[in-house]
Amino acid sequence: MPKKVVSGNYAAAYAAKHARVEVVAAYPITPQTSIIEKIAEFIANGEANIQYVPVESEHSAMAACIGASAAGARAFTATSAQGLALMHEMLHWASGARLPIVMVDVNRAMAPPWSVWDDQTDSLAQRDTGWMQFYAENNQEVYDGVLMAFKVAEHRKVNLPVMIIESAFILSHTYDIVDMPPQEEIDEFLPPREPLYTLTDFDNPIAVGALATPADYYEFRYKIEKAMEEARKVIKEVGKEFGERFGRDYSQMIELYKTEDAEFVFMGMGSLMGTVKEAVDLLRKEGYKVGAAKVRWFRPFPKEELYELAKNVDGIAVLDRNFSFGQEGILFNEAKGVLYNTDAKPIMKNYIVGLGGRDFTVNDIRAIAKNMKEIIEKGKLDREIEWYHLKR
Amino acid sequence: MAESPFKADIERVEKELTEKMTPGAIAYIPGSSVINKTGSWRVFKPEFNKDKCIRCFLCYTYCPEPAIYLDEENYPVFDYDYCKGCGICANECPTKAITMVREVK
Repeated sequence: MPKKVVSGNYAAAYAAKHARVEVVAAYPITPQTSIIEKIAEFIANGEANIQYVPVESEHSAMAACIGASAAGARAFTATSAQGLALMHEMLHWASGARLPIVMVDVNRAMAPPWSVWDDQTDSLAQRDTGWMQFYAENNQEVYDGVLMAFKVAEHRKVNLPVMIIESAFILSHTYDIVDMPPQEEIDEFLPPREPLYTLTDFDNPIAVGALATPADYYEFRYKIEKAMEEARKVIKEVGKEFGERFGRDYSQMIELYKTEDAEFVFMGMGSLMGTVKEAVDLLRKEGYKVGAAKVRWFRPFPKEELYELAKNVDGIAVLDRNFSFGQEGILFNEAKGVLYNTDAKPIMKNYIVGLGGRDFTVNDIRAIAKNMKEIIEKGKLDREIEWYHLKR
Repeated sequence: MAESPFKADIERVEKELTEKMTPGAIAYIPGSSVINKTGSWRVFKPEFNKDKCIRCFLCYTYCPEPAIYLDEENYPVFDYDYCKGCGICANECPTKAITMVREVK
C-alpha cells in the first residue's frame, strides 16, 4: 500500500481529496490552516476537482457547507478553537437539517489567555450540537477517520455530521508515516453520496429550514437521537469493513489496550493515549497490572463498551485534557454518569492534564499509576479531581 | 366565482407531511404552507367596493401572501383563509376601493 510521510493536517487534506469531496468552504486559523492550504494546492495543481469557497468567517464556512450539502454535494471544512466557537450556531443547523458534513477540528485551547496549543475543551464544548465526534490518536487515525466519517454520516439511517478531532501540533504539525490505500479501493469503500433530498433536483423541489410548531419540534429532536443510536451500529459496521479492506480495524468505539487482566485502566481521548500506551508497556514491566481505554467516539457515547470495561476493573483513571468549569473533566463527567445506574462501580478518579499544550509524559503517567494503586489498596479516593500539573 | 389556485394540495399535504416527518424537516411538497390558514391572524379585514375598482391589478400585485387572485372579469377576489389583514392592498389602491375594517369575531 502507498505510504506517505505527512503531518496530521496533510493526512486530513489527503483524506478529503481521496474521499472525493466536492465542496470545501473554509477560513484559516492556526493550527488548522495547513489543511485547507493543502486542499487549495491540490485544486491549483489540477489534482482534485473541488469547488473551493473562501469565506469571511467560520460561521460562513459552515453556512456554505450546509448549502452545499443541502444541494447534494459532499462537503468538508476544518477549523480550531475560536473558529469552532464562532461556528456554534451553524453546527446546530447542520445536524438539525440532517446534513452529512465532515469537519476536522484541530483541538486548540480557548482564549483568553491566547494559546494555540492542544486542549480538548473547544470540541467538547460543542458536545450538544448533534455532531458525532471522533478523537484521533495519530496521523493515520486522522486520515482513516475522515474516510470513515463520510461513510457513517451519509448512511441512510444516520444523516448527521461528523467532527474528526486531532491535537494541535502534536498531530497537526508532526510528520508520521500514513498508509493511504489506492484511490480505486477507496472509491469502492466510499461510493458517491446518495442524498435523500437535494435542492438541485428541480423536478422535485424541496424547502429546507422549515418552521416546526410545538406540535412537531419534539419529534424532530427524537429523530436525531434515533439517528445517533443508529450511528452506534453503523460506526461499528463501517469500522469493521474498513478493517477488512485496509487492515486497520475500527469496530470498537473504545479501543482497549491490555485491559483483559488489568487492575485499573487509564481512560482518555486523542493523542495523549499514544503516550499512555507506551507507559502501560513500561508500567507492566514494573509490576503494575494496568491497561488503556481510548475513547474513539465521544458522540455517540459508547455506553455499552464502557460498562463492559468498568465491570471488570477496580479503578479507572480518567485523563481529561479539558475542563468544564464549576464541575469536572468532561469525559470523567460523562463516564461517571453512564455507570451510575449500573452495577459496575469501579473507583474513578479524574486527572486534569495537559491543558493548553502542557507536556504530558510517561513519567506523569507513572506518578498517576502510583496514586491510583494506593487509592485502590485503600479502597477510598484521596480526592475526586486532581489538577495534576499544578505548580504548588 | 373562480377557485383559489392555492388550495389544490391541502389534502395531500395534510396527509403526508403531518404523518411522515422527514429527517431535517424537509418540506418536499411544493406549496405545502397552504395548510397553515394564516387568515386567523387577521385583525383588520379588507372590504372591497366593486363600483370603485378600475381593475388596475395593484392589489393583486402587491399582496405579499398572495391572498388576492383574479376572477374571470379580472376583479380581485380576497381569500380570507390566508389574508393576514396587513392592509397593503388598501394602501396601494388608487381609487380607495378597499377599506380596512376591524373584524369582530
